[in-house]
Amino acid sequence: MKLFKLRGGVHPIGRKELSAERPIRALPMPERLFVPLQQHVGAAATAIVAVGDKVLKGQLIASGQGPISAPVHAPTSGRIVALGDYPAPHPSGLPVPTLTLEADGEDRWQAADIPDDPFALAPEDIAARVAAAGIVGLGGAAFPSAVKLNISRKSGVDTLIVNGGECEPYLTCDDRLMCERAEGVVAGIRLIHRAVGSRQVLVGIEDNKPAAIAAMRAAALGTDIQVVAVPAMYPMGWDKQLTRALIGKEVPAGGRSADIGVLVHNVATAYAVYEAIALGRPLVSRIVTVSGGAVKEPCNLEVPIGTPAQALFDHCGGFGKMPARLVMGGPMMGHEMPITGIPIVKGTSGVLALTPAEIGQPEPAPCIRCSSCVRACPVGLLPLEMAARIRVGDLADAVDIGLKDCIACGSCSYVCPAHIPLVHYFNHAKGELTAKEKAKLKQEATKKLATERTARMERIAREREEAAARRRAAKEAAEAAKKMTGATA
Amino acid sequence: MNEYLLLLLSTALVNNVVLVKFLGLCPFMGVSKKMDSALGMGMATTFVLTLATAASWMLEHWLLAPLGIEYLRILAFILVIAAVVQFTEMAIRKASPSLYQVLGIYLPLITTNCAVLGLALLNVQEKHAFVESLLYGFGSALGFTLVMVLFAGLRERLALAQVPATMNGAPAGFILAGLLSLAFMGFAGLANH
Amino acid sequence: MLAAVVSLTALGASLGLMLGVAARKLRVEGNPLAAELEAMMPGSQCGQCGFPGCAGAANALAEGSAPVTLCPPGGRDLAVALAAKLGIEADLSGVKDSGPLVAEVQEDICIGCTRCYKVCPTDAIMGAAKHIHAVFREACTACGKCVEACPTEATRLVPVPVTLQSWYWPKPGSNPVSTALAA
Repeated sequence: MKLFKLRGGVHPIGRKELSAERPIRALPMPERLFVPLQQHVGAAATAIVAVGDKVLKGQLIASGQGPISAPVHAPTSGRIVALGDYPAPHPSGLPVPTLTLEADGEDRWQAADIPDDPFALAPEDIAARVAAAGIVGLGGAAFPSAVKLNISRKSGVDTLIVNGGECEPYLTCDDRLMCERAEGVVAGIRLIHRAVGSRQVLVGIEDNKPAAIAAMRAAALGTDIQVVAVPAMYPMGWDKQLTRALIGKEVPAGGRSADIGVLVHNVATAYAVYEAIALGRPLVSRIVTVSGGAVKEPCNLEVPIGTPAQALFDHCGGFGKMPARLVMGGPMMGHEMPITGIPIVKGTSGVLALTPAEIGQPEPAPCIRCSSCVRACPVGLLPLEMAARIRVGDLADAVDIGLKDCIACGSCSYVCPAHIPLVHYFNHAKGELTAKEKAKLKQEATKKLATERTARMERIAREREEAAARRRAAKEAAEAAKKMTGATA
Repeated sequence: MNEYLLLLLSTALVNNVVLVKFLGLCPFMGVSKKMDSALGMGMATTFVLTLATAASWMLEHWLLAPLGIEYLRILAFILVIAAVVQFTEMAIRKASPSLYQVLGIYLPLITTNCAVLGLALLNVQEKHAFVESLLYGFGSALGFTLVMVLFAGLRERLALAQVPATMNGAPAGFILAGLLSLAFMGFAGLANH
Repeated sequence: MLAAVVSLTALGASLGLMLGVAARKLRVEGNPLAAELEAMMPGSQCGQCGFPGCAGAANALAEGSAPVTLCPPGGRDLAVALAAKLGIEADLSGVKDSGPLVAEVQEDICIGCTRCYKVCPTDAIMGAAKHIHAVFREACTACGKCVEACPTEATRLVPVPVTLQSWYWPKPGSNPVSTALAA
């Protein structure tokens, strides 16, 4: 199949060999699981169990709230021992509401609801089951998958693209999944295909994963799924980049893939859809790559949601060297783990312990305007210009030259010979813009409240005055009437 | 016609009022931080300069010279210029309050902009006819606006650059002005051909 | 001599007359800038700036008789925005920007006197006589009127708590992430 030309991109050292040949193993069930109520984009789920309740594996423990949300299920059987704040899997490490589940060791599933023929289900039914299973985008974005399915079904999809790019260095979880469970992945893709009714289905896999490509091609034989090898390049796993490589269409700025008739799902999401519908298992575990130069035995583990990252490192023989940085996710777009106790969530694709040599972070030097970042940017932005404006606090100008289109892939920071933390500037600026927007909305709301109150106070004062005037008038009239009666008498 | 065009070009570029004659440096440094205000200042000065050169020519030839009171020239010119500036201020305040606010003190200070008085006096010295003096004023004002806009654009870029703290702001601005002036001196080469 | 005096006087008088006519013709009602400035202010009419309400403050700003840093609820961001609007350099040295604040009622000291919710310009405090009052954070502008009104010092201004939704990366070069966590 003919591929289309791409813009930007970098070729970071893959380091995938550390864990690429390690088959997926199940992590022994930890004693305690910390399941955050918000593991997805959108509104946090609300706990529907109480402390002390016994739950079965796969039982609904928190239900989704509002149109964009996802429910949370018990990752194993056991007892809820706490509902409180626990550090979030987030660079801030701020506490978030989290259910603590004490495993009873039995790992007993609740009764599963399995349809006779999953491929005969109605599209709406598939989307409903995906929503009920709490499936979110497992590539890292953690956007509720059912919402995407419903939007796409309504707006119509020409091409379903399944993302097997896995362009982040170190990460091999999708690679292993495709190698070992290709049948399941293909079944999941067929279910998604049925749910949205797309014309064609393309699976894009980077050409540095020949085993995965072969396994997927074999599994996809006899279906209308086309497995395409795409060049290994970061950020190929960015949905819009993969879209451009496969069908040559670009998503307009500020738009979504659905605008050009494309739906992109991750391979791991497809597998989760298969498990949810064909096996009746909600999303309670995921495959996580444990890697990095500081880890003794890098590997790929199937981990229950809510497992503290420490348990994963322990299972991999602990640290061989002193890690300089612990990262959750990939090294390019992942974030630093403040402590190792933070839990694995639905969107966690890897935990990395990196040595000082691997992170190599020299002091930033002044920009020499070499424009390496411009060539690397897959979106076609001018990172150096945006960063210069953000540095002096001119956010409005940075937005004018495309800050909002930045996907924070980190390619610019990676190639910068002056080691300027470009993507950090952009993340900061985007956060500040959001905060300012929120503050502005709040100001508008409070202003309205203030004017309403002023109007109310004026009305009350006026009414009081009018009432007083009426009373006075009534009194005067009564007195006059009295006089009159007195005079006539 | 050709002559007039040459006059316009030579006043705007070769004998640029700011960078070659070094007149009107106050707004040049003061209102050149942002492109918008620099352009606004340039427009306002263009208006004042053109009007003031015309008015001063009339004053010189119809009042001062016939009555033989040329010694009152500076006094009378300043009077006219001040009136024109006041009028401009009112007009801008009506038309664009935010430009009025941005120009701030520099707007009434056009009165004391030495370029305005200087050009009126130069007009007399060079014994220009009416149309010539009008073009002389207008061309100089165009040159002023051009330089203001160029300089503001450069300063906007300069604000983003990482320069040593001691050089930040005005010092770097002065060096930039010097370089720009050197560049404009190059137009002197046009005069020889 | 006479010619000089007469001609200059005549010149001055005629120019003065022209300007007088122009001033009539080009009169501006009020100051349109003040309205633009008022739209930027918090609008809670708290009066902390010393002017009666935000409109008064905006007028003073437009005339240039008040500094851009006059509004405590607006904080540093507002001062910068106002300075940009007015085209002046903001002297931010006097602004102590404690970040966004909200009022909080300490429930163990509150006696339920209702004074705070009577003065609140945005109806952000809920309560009834002899009942503990509570603050709606979404509606509070941190104007501090309730703090002044409270007889038992039960209300105070506290920084808005950082949540996962409001947290964002600090500017590069400022505090690294790990030290923020240690606190």
